[in-house]
Order: sequence, then structure tokens, then C-alpha cells
Amino acid sequence: MSDKLISKIPAGPLETKWTRRKSEIRLVSPNNKRKLEIIVVGTGLGGASAAASLGELGYNVKIFCISDTPRRAHSIAAQGGINAAKNYQNDNDSVYRLFYDTIKGGDYRAREANVYRLAEVSAAIIDQCVAQGIPFAREYGGYLANRSFGGVQVSRTFYARGQTGQQLLLGAYASLNKEIANGTVKAYPRHEMLDLVIVNGQAKGIIARNLVTGKLERFGAHAVVIATGGYGNTYFLSTNAMNSNGSAAMQCYRKGAFFANPCFAQIHPTCIPVHGDQQCKLTLMSESLRNDGRIWVPKKKEDVEKLRKHQIKASQIPEEDRDYYLERRYPAFGNLVPRDVASRAAKERCDAGFGVNETGKAVFLDFSDAIKRLGHQRVAERYGNLFEMYEKITASSPWEEPMMIYPAIHYTMGGIWVDYDLQTTVPGLYAIGEANFSDHGGNRLGASALMQGLADGYFILPVTIGDYLSYKFAEPKTDINTPEFDEAEKAVQARIDRLFSIKGKETVDSIHKRLGNIMWDNVGMARDEAGLKKAIQEIRDLKKEFYQNVNVPGSQFEFNQELEKALRLEDFFDIGELMARDALNRTESCGGHFRVESQTEEGEAKRDDANFMYVAAWEYKGEDKDPELHKEPLKYEFIEVKTRNYKD
Amino acid sequence: MEFNLKIWRQKNAKAKGHFETYHIAGIEEDASFLEMLDILNEQLIREGCDPVAVERGCQSSGPVSFDHDCREGICGACGLYIDGRAHGPDDHVTTCQLFMRHFKDGATITVEPWRSAGFPIIKDLVVDRSAFDKILQAGGFISVRTGAAQDANNILIPHDDAEESMDAAACVGCGACVATCKNGSAMLFVAARVSSLALLPQGRPEAKRRAKAMVAKMDELGFGNCTNTRACELECPKGINVSHIARLNREFLKAKFSD
Repeated sequence: MSDKLISKIPAGPLETKWTRRKSEIRLVSPNNKRKLEIIVVGTGLGGASAAASLGELGYNVKIFCISDTPRRAHSIAAQGGINAAKNYQNDNDSVYRLFYDTIKGGDYRAREANVYRLAEVSAAIIDQCVAQGIPFAREYGGYLANRSFGGVQVSRTFYARGQTGQQLLLGAYASLNKEIANGTVKAYPRHEMLDLVIVNGQAKGIIARNLVTGKLERFGAHAVVIATGGYGNTYFLSTNAMNSNGSAAMQCYRKGAFFANPCFAQIHPTCIPVHGDQQCKLTLMSESLRNDGRIWVPKKKEDVEKLRKHQIKASQIPEEDRDYYLERRYPAFGNLVPRDVASRAAKERCDAGFGVNETGKAVFLDFSDAIKRLGHQRVAERYGNLFEMYEKITASSPWEEPMMIYPAIHYTMGGIWVDYDLQTTVPGLYAIGEANFSDHGGNRLGASALMQGLADGYFILPVTIGDYLSYKFAEPKTDINTPEFDEAEKAVQARIDRLFSIKGKETVDSIHKRLGNIMWDNVGMARDEAGLKKAIQEIRDLKKEFYQNVNVPGSQFEFNQELEKALRLEDFFDIGELMARDALNRTESCGGHFRVESQTEEGEAKRDDANFMYVAAWEYKGEDKDPELHKEPLKYEFIEVKTRNYKD
Repeated sequence: MEFNLKIWRQKNAKAKGHFETYHIAGIEEDASFLEMLDILNEQLIREGCDPVAVERGCQSSGPVSFDHDCREGICGACGLYIDGRAHGPDDHVTTCQLFMRHFKDGATITVEPWRSAGFPIIKDLVVDRSAFDKILQAGGFISVRTGAAQDANNILIPHDDAEESMDAAACVGCGACVATCKNGSAMLFVAARVSSLALLPQGRPEAKRRAKAMVAKMDELGFGNCTNTRACELECPKGINVSHIARLNREFLKAKFSD
């Protein structure tokens, strides 16, 4: 194990670790909390809940977001629900089962202690959210309702219609507003972090661009918390919001924070396909549709051709000419194979030339059998709102013709490396929510992203950050007029000046699209050595081209969305390369990471526990230098490591 | 498909704005309205400067600025006034969920920002909606500290109350209600929050203070009065019902009478 990766996992039995750590953590008295300042970057579930909780404790908090108001953060788009080990259904759920399901779902690449703590605090999240007035679904007796989600055998998911993320975020945002009104939190909307400032090896502030005036501004603090989400938009097309980006994480990486497991990205099988090259965003359709929908493509190429030319409709293709490829390849699980398997199988058929729309990147999800079997009304009860949503977007009715779906990038499990206290390798710098790497291993289970964001923000960070700050209260407020801040601001200014000086011919989006294609083709659902090496070279070449030929219109000192995008794309190049590099190193298949070279005879993912049961943490060594790999071994003391089996 | 786009251009909050017209072709009917604007922007950046703008003596108007983010109708960032309607001609959608098949090929489409005293223009189609945050900061929350909550099932809430509260909580804070209202009133926005919390037992202890504080802040920030035209309800992308305004009025009057 690298001596730079000290995970600080408390000793003792699993169920006592968090209690033990909490009892060891030093406290900060209320009069000293008033003297301490904390910067939180990002206002999603993690950032908003952390800032509100820290404000309640009496710290002085500054919170930043790129949108016009904290409430727009992309947590808002989560549909399905939030897991919690409440056992309200009396179905023998427990903290241990939620922990076990999460570790197993992550394909044994997450830390036992972190995941157990996540499961342990999950119940308190629901209590907190109900107290905030979140209108979760209720049974007629007035008690909370639950539903079931993929990959588990209990009903532990709490939900507010298909808008659970929205309601949880509005709850955290309301708490944030309460603290803004109290004066403990100050919000800086339309501000984008562009660098981390380090003083004497410790995180002491940020440089941010005011997105309305365009001015660079300096902010100092005793500690900095990164809550800026994932980096799925490296692929250009994803289910992430348009402005979601990985730039804050990259800035921290360049300033010494290690970046862990960057290659672990989740690809969701049921998204509305790309309709042409004019598109820039993909929309998810709920996974629940696979309960009753059958996935197929035509057996004959001539039918494919006719479909693409709109000469025939799917419903006109006779049963014997349809290839229900999931049922064919995975008879035991059929259409309900796990996300990664379903995604790879769809890609395989489309790559073989059987994609059913003009772009060749779509398969059918057909409900005609379900409608025959269950009747119109029961199908409508189960999926009516999803059918409507699909029809609104595509102008095609799933009642008459099958849906068309295709996999899309959805979530990133990798992120900034953190220890048990959620502190990065830079003292005073913390990372929470999707921005860190810690809880989901190689694959995240449904309804667990919301749980993690709120666990980190409400219950874990506000406790653990105290340990660091207990040594800092005697330090004066961070002076922003120091050489360290001067230098950081100068470097950001140089980046901006360079972008405007290029005056090339290509738009930022057109280059980002090409990066997305490189990523999707080589660092997507199936990866191999040759493709990954090619991707690294192509990304470098494209980055060079960007610096020679991009056109960033307008000027710095105005509202300039093209400049925002150009700055983010610079970082996406580096994330893309790091993802490819990590994927190249990890020659096993694991969770969302599938190496073509590592599969069983039946084409299933083959994990290599002997050689890869570790967290890959990358240390930045400078522009144009190879990063250094550090390994944090994963030890499973409390559960038995098994092969995930989807066959029986 | 092809269109003529008559778009409001305004360099910043202080500058005088004007309409500019652009021609755009090769748009797929499945493209969303915002994707169409993305394509227009690509075109404007590549051209560097459009001829109409040159005639006006403008060197380059550059790409059109507009707020957007999730593009699935939930974040509330987007909001354009299209052919005289908030979020355009389709009912109960946000602008990002409006598709070009709802327009006639060759049509001239007028695109404006939200126009309201409460929402100053930042640039082009981007407006400042921070007044909404200020209204919510005045009282749109329940004062519970992290960790202070009792077990969630100790608070029983009848199914129908939870559902009605959720109807109101669906508000995305886009501002279409204000932009649509001839008085520039924010009543539907304020009502959605007040009503959602008033329907739940957890929201009752602060109900009086909340209704008074939020209404006072709304008035202070220059939003107009409600005259019951119900235009807001028609244009709300989430279909939030004006009955929530009635509940806000009841909550407000109850609070006033108990003073």
C-alpha cells in the first residue's frame, strides 16, 4: 500500500467502526466554530445538505454553484427513489443486508467500512427528510410506502412519484435557505470554481469566475469541500445535465488530490436513443420497463434496412424474424439481466449492423406481449406515465409500436480519493457525493446515489471535518492577498487568455462531440488494450487541435457560455485520458468496466481478485507527464467475496 | 425543417435590446427547441457575424445566451417566451421538452426572455430569478436541525394529503407563472410552497409566520398582485392548480386575524 494513501479505517468490528471514529473525533466549541470558515462547492444533495448542516453547527459557510440558484443541481433529475434500511415492510431488511447488497452490487471494489456506515446512517436520512416536509408516497394508513428496485430482494426504496431527487433536493435547499436566512451560509450562485488554492500544503481557498460579470474572484477558508458530482459528460452525450462537469475534481487532482478508479462509469441500458447528430443530451427511461418489455432486433438485415428507411414498421415483422437476443443469450434472466450485461448486448447487436433506427444505434423494447397478457389497463397502471413521457419526446406511441432504446452514460463511480473521514490526500480538502469514489465500487445500485449524497452531507462530513478544524480555530481568517492566491489567479487568467487568443474555426461543442465519440467507442461498454491505447493518443491529438483551432467568441468580462464550455472541455480531455489510462491498467472485467480480454467463454465479465482487488488512485505529476499509480488494497474481513452469478 | 427565428438580443442588463432575425435550415422534427438553438449558435459562431447584425453596425452579436441544464423538464432552468406563450405552444412542458414538430415548416418564431419587473435581464434570453430564492429564504422551509428528527413513521400523513402536497411540491421554480401574469404576480410560485407545507403536520408550527413572511417578501421585491385570471395555471409546466393560491390566501388571512 502506498504510504500516501492512509484510509484511516477504524479498528474493531464492522458495526462499531463509525461509533468508534465519532468518539475519537475532536470537537470544536461553539465560540470557536464562529471563527472558522468553510467553502462548499456544489449545491446538489451532497453540497446543499453539508452546507446547511455545517451552518446549523455554527460554522461560516460559503457555498458556490454554477446555476442561477442552488435548486437546479442535477440531483434534481433522479427519478426512482432512495434506499434506506428501515425494514418498514417487515421483509427482514437490515443495515447488514443493505451493506451486503451494495458491496456485492459494486462487484467487490468498494470499502467495507465506508459502505457499512452508509447503510448505518440511511435510516436517519429518511427521518430527516420527512421532518423537512418532503411529501414521500404514503399508504392509506398514513405510513410511508416503499417499492422494490433492481438487484435486491427487499422493498427498501422510498419515493416521491418519479421525482424523488427533486423532492430531496428541495428539502436540502430549504434547509440551506434557512441557514442563509440565519446568516451562517452565504450563497454564490452563477460562480464557477476555476482553481483550488493551497497554502503550506493545505486547502485554503478557491478562485472562482463570476459568470455574470466574468471577473475572477478569490475566496479563502479554513477548509474546502468539493461536491460537484461526476464526470459523465466527458462522453458529450450522457444523461447528465448539460452543465455537469468534472472540472473542480480535475483542479483538485492537479493540486495534489489523488483521483480514484476513474474508469468505473455506469452505462444505463434503457435511454431514448440519439435521434441524429444534432443532439446533445440523452434521456433515461426507467429500468422498471424491463419487467414487462421484451428487447429485440430483426434477424434479417433486409428488415433492418427497411426499418431505417421507414418502409416497414416494427409491428409488421413476424415473430420468427425477431431476435430476442437477451432471452436467447441469457435464458435464465432474459430481459432482466443486470444493467451492464444488457448494455453490452445491445451494443453487440448494433455493432453487428442490426440497430433499428437511422443512426443504427437503437434496439426495440416491445410491450405487445405484455399488453396481450395483462390488458391495456394493467399495463397503463404500471407504465402509463412512462409511455406518455416517451411519446412526448419521440412522437411514437409505445401502445402501437415498440419503444426504441439504447444505452447511455449515466453515473460515475470513480472520483476523488478520500479516506474514511472523506478527506482527500490534500489536508483540508474534502470530497462528498458522486464527486468522491468511496461507496459504489465498480457499479452503483439503483436508488443509492441519493442515499450517498445525503449520508455524506447530513451525517458524515459535518462530524469528520470537525477533527481537522479542531486544529485550525486559532488560525486567522485566510488572507486572500498572498502570493499563493496571486499565483492561482494568474494561472486561471492565463488559461482564459490562451483560449481567446486561439481564434480558430471549430466550435467548442464540435470538438467535445469528437471527444465523446473517442470515449464512447474505446472507453465505453467494451474496452480492449488496442482501443484504449488508441484513445489516449487520439485524445492527446484532439487536445492539441483544440488549442490550435477552437473558436471561443466574445470576451471574458460578460456572460459567456462558450467560454464556460471551453474551460470545462479542457478538463474533460484530461479526465478522458485518465479514464483510458486507468482502464488500460485494470486488465480485469469488473462492474461497469468490461475488458474484452477478460471474459468467460460465455462472454461474462471475469474479475481478477488476485491482481486487482485494490483502489487505483492516480497522482498528478505534471502536464505531459504520466501520472503515478498508487494502490489501496481492499480487504474483505466481514463478507465472503464471490463471483456475481446471473445464470441461476 | 426550416425556420426564421426572431430573437431578442441584449448585451447586458443595462444595454438596450432589439430583435434580430436568423434563418435556420436542416432541423429534424424530433429536435427539441433548445437543440435547435444549439444548432443556431453553432451556425452563428461559425459565421462569426450575421448580416442583419452587421447592418445594424454590430460587429458580431455572437451566439444567443439562454439558461438551460437538465433538458428533461425538471431543473427549471430553461424558460423562453415563444410566440407569445411561456414555454411555447405545447401545454404543460418546459421549453426543453418542446419539440420542433409542434411548429409549421418555414414558420417565423418569436423568442423572448421572461419579461417581468421581478426578473431583470442578464443577457439575451437569460434573466435573473434570484428573487425566487429570496422569497423562499423568507420562510419557505421547516426549521428542523440535522439529526433532530424522530422516526419517520411517527408522523402519519393521510395518503391524499401527501398526494396534494406533492402536487404543489412539483414546482420547478422556472418563473413561467410570473412571466405569463399580466400583473407580474408570483402568487402561484409562493402558493405552491406555502400550500405544500401547510398540508403536512410538520409544516403547521410555522405556518402563520411562513405565509406572512413570504407574501411580504414577494410584495417587497416588486411582484404584482393576483387578480385571478388563472393564466399562470395554464402555462405552468407542472400544471400546478390555482386552488393552492386559495389555500395561500386562507393561510395568510388566518395568520393576519390571529395577530
